[in-house]
Amino acid sequence: MRHIISVLLENESGALSRVSGLFSSRGYNIESLTVAPTNDSTLSRMTIVTTGDDRKIDQIEKQLNKLVDVAALQDITIAGHLEREVVLVKISVLDEQIDTLKRIVKSFNASISDVSPNKFIVEMSGSCEKVDELLSSLQNGDIIEMVRSGAIGLASGEETLSIPCQID
Amino acid sequence: MQLTGADIVVKSLKEEGVEYVFGYPGGAALHIYDAFHRQDDVQHILVRHEQGATHAADGYARSTGECGVVLVTSGPGITNAITGIATAYMDSIPMVVLSGQVMKPLIGYDAFQEIDAVGISRPCVKHNFLIQDVNDIASTIKKAFHIAKTGRPGPVLVDIPKDITADVAEFLYPQDLTMRSYPAPRKALPNEIVIAVEAMLSAKKPIIYAGGGIVAASAQEPLRDMVSKLGFPCTNTLMGLGAVAHSDPNFIGMLGMHGTYEANMAMHDADLIIALGARFDDRITGTLHNFAPDAKILHVDIDPSVIDKNIKADIPIVADVKEVLIAFNNELTRREKDINPELLKEWWRQIKQWQSLDSLWYEVDDKVIKPQFVVQKLHEVTGGQAYVTSDVGQHQMFAAQFYGFSDTHRWINSGGLGTMGFGLPAAMGVKFAHRDADVVCVTGEGSIQMCIQELATCKQYDLPVKVINLNNRYLGMVRQWQEFSYEKRYSNSYMDSLPDFIALSEAYGHVGMQITKPSDVEGALKEAFAMKDRLVFMDFITDQQENVYPMIEAGKGHHEMRMRPGSKTLA
Repeated sequence: MRHIISVLLENESGALSRVSGLFSSRGYNIESLTVAPTNDSTLSRMTIVTTGDDRKIDQIEKQLNKLVDVAALQDITIAGHLEREVVLVKISVLDEQIDTLKRIVKSFNASISDVSPNKFIVEMSGSCEKVDELLSSLQNGDIIEMVRSGAIGLASGEETLSIPCQID
Repeated sequence: MQLTGADIVVKSLKEEGVEYVFGYPGGAALHIYDAFHRQDDVQHILVRHEQGATHAADGYARSTGECGVVLVTSGPGITNAITGIATAYMDSIPMVVLSGQVMKPLIGYDAFQEIDAVGISRPCVKHNFLIQDVNDIASTIKKAFHIAKTGRPGPVLVDIPKDITADVAEFLYPQDLTMRSYPAPRKALPNEIVIAVEAMLSAKKPIIYAGGGIVAASAQEPLRDMVSKLGFPCTNTLMGLGAVAHSDPNFIGMLGMHGTYEANMAMHDADLIIALGARFDDRITGTLHNFAPDAKILHVDIDPSVIDKNIKADIPIVADVKEVLIAFNNELTRREKDINPELLKEWWRQIKQWQSLDSLWYEVDDKVIKPQFVVQKLHEVTGGQAYVTSDVGQHQMFAAQFYGFSDTHRWINSGGLGTMGFGLPAAMGVKFAHRDADVVCVTGEGSIQMCIQELATCKQYDLPVKVINLNNRYLGMVRQWQEFSYEKRYSNSYMDSLPDFIALSEAYGHVGMQITKPSDVEGALKEAFAMKDRLVFMDFITDQQENVYPMIEAGKGHHEMRMRPGSKTLA
């Protein structure tokens, strides 16, 4: 099963390597991993997409929680959530292909964000599945290079990821 | 008070109540060493190799329950220390390792003796720090000790660039600290205790399986209280030996790969396994698919990640095992009338039948010394009260099986990582903590050579430990596996050239003895232990073909133990 685990991490040097090192040393899968600061400058938020059965996911969460730099975590896939990934695709396009490309772009709610002679960069934000679909639609064209951001996400509604209150 | 970073380091150690720091100087640590020279509060012990420093600090920690402290320099200083840090990590031993680092402006430029200490230690520490500012030294050391000692203990590394130790700052050791990302351990809920005790009271075939967590939590007393209240059979892991005394009638021996037949069979047939501060590691469980098929698992541990890791728990309790045991005992007192020893009669009858096989049996020989015999005599001569460290291999298992421990913190061995070379430096650390006690290192001729340089440290600091070298001229455990699984192809398990251990001991300024006859074993031990102020290296020439039995071989379960040839069988 695919899981998206959000992690609030102390904004310390080396924190990222603790997480990535944990995954490699214990043989856990990482489909994608993104990290950036939050509105609280002392915290980073990391989003890890991983796969595994319930037992493995349970271990991943417990092992992550043991890391001293991990302040809180949440598996956002267990309930309603919003998932987004950004993709940029540089395509080589002949004049006669432009209309087809524009049609695809429109149908995916994507955009052509950079234009140079016969080279367009298509940009889209959506769920990872949507990104997969866009990429397969563009497969017939000439993809020169592409980059995906990896998934980010938030749980819907009342569910939030925050640091638990300390009770002494 | 304005102090240099180096003085702040040493003063912070004093504030933590540190008595001894085991270490080895070098360029990046020299300011700190200079600060040591300026004071008498914290004593620095100069070892002969950084691995020895970590094992000595580890032995100190294991025998006292306090935090062991290490100081090394950058580069090879810290890489040499890694084996000892990993040893402490695998066995959850509290340790703080301070390492010098090259000056901040040089970090990342492949400077002389530069290594990424935080990076290289990351997989084998509980946490680590690279200090960036002299103002952070005191608070970081405070955090390091706190992390090392609380929750599931473990080693913490603090890497300090040299220029930071020369900078000056106001010294004020923090009294409190808050770490929002490192919360206090969870406490058990009253309902969890009630449910667990209910399971105990209805069990017909229960077993208590107590591990190193009992030692770490100093939970020996409430454990013994519970065992005597319930009358349940109890087994200890290699790490938990002494938690229940070997002489306690409820103790049925160590479990696992070289545990007793009765302990492993009882695990296999149990209807309730009460795991206390133990983690179901592979040397305990044998193959998982036929592990304890009928047992309900009650698992108490302070570390949530060990719950359901190898074996799914039916009743998990994440909390300090000592607090949980006290709560169990209170609940058991409340429900005293519900404790029914009759329920256990058939179970104990079965266990006694297993015990009748005498699975640790070996043939005593009057010509060649059996290693088990030496350990049994060692127990007699020391009254079973010695601190016993070991290295790794057959001798380790013989010591675990035959010494017979009465208390926790007495049996000091590398269970998780299995580090050869651990025994002698660990014994040094123990001796510093227990000057008047008998401290023994049970080792083999393979292991002892991995850290033998520490004999010099023992001389410098007058540490009269007793070295019991069970010398069978083979890497015994390797040889045993090669005999069983590789058709006796003894590939590289025989050492053709061994030193003259008597001459070697004497060269280091100690007493050496060689014992070749079984009839001399007891007399030699008595003679050695009578030399209270001398390190005596006793080289026992033992049976080359002796194997450790019984054994759960690879791929087998608890109920499929390989017994010593010629053993009794069940009718």
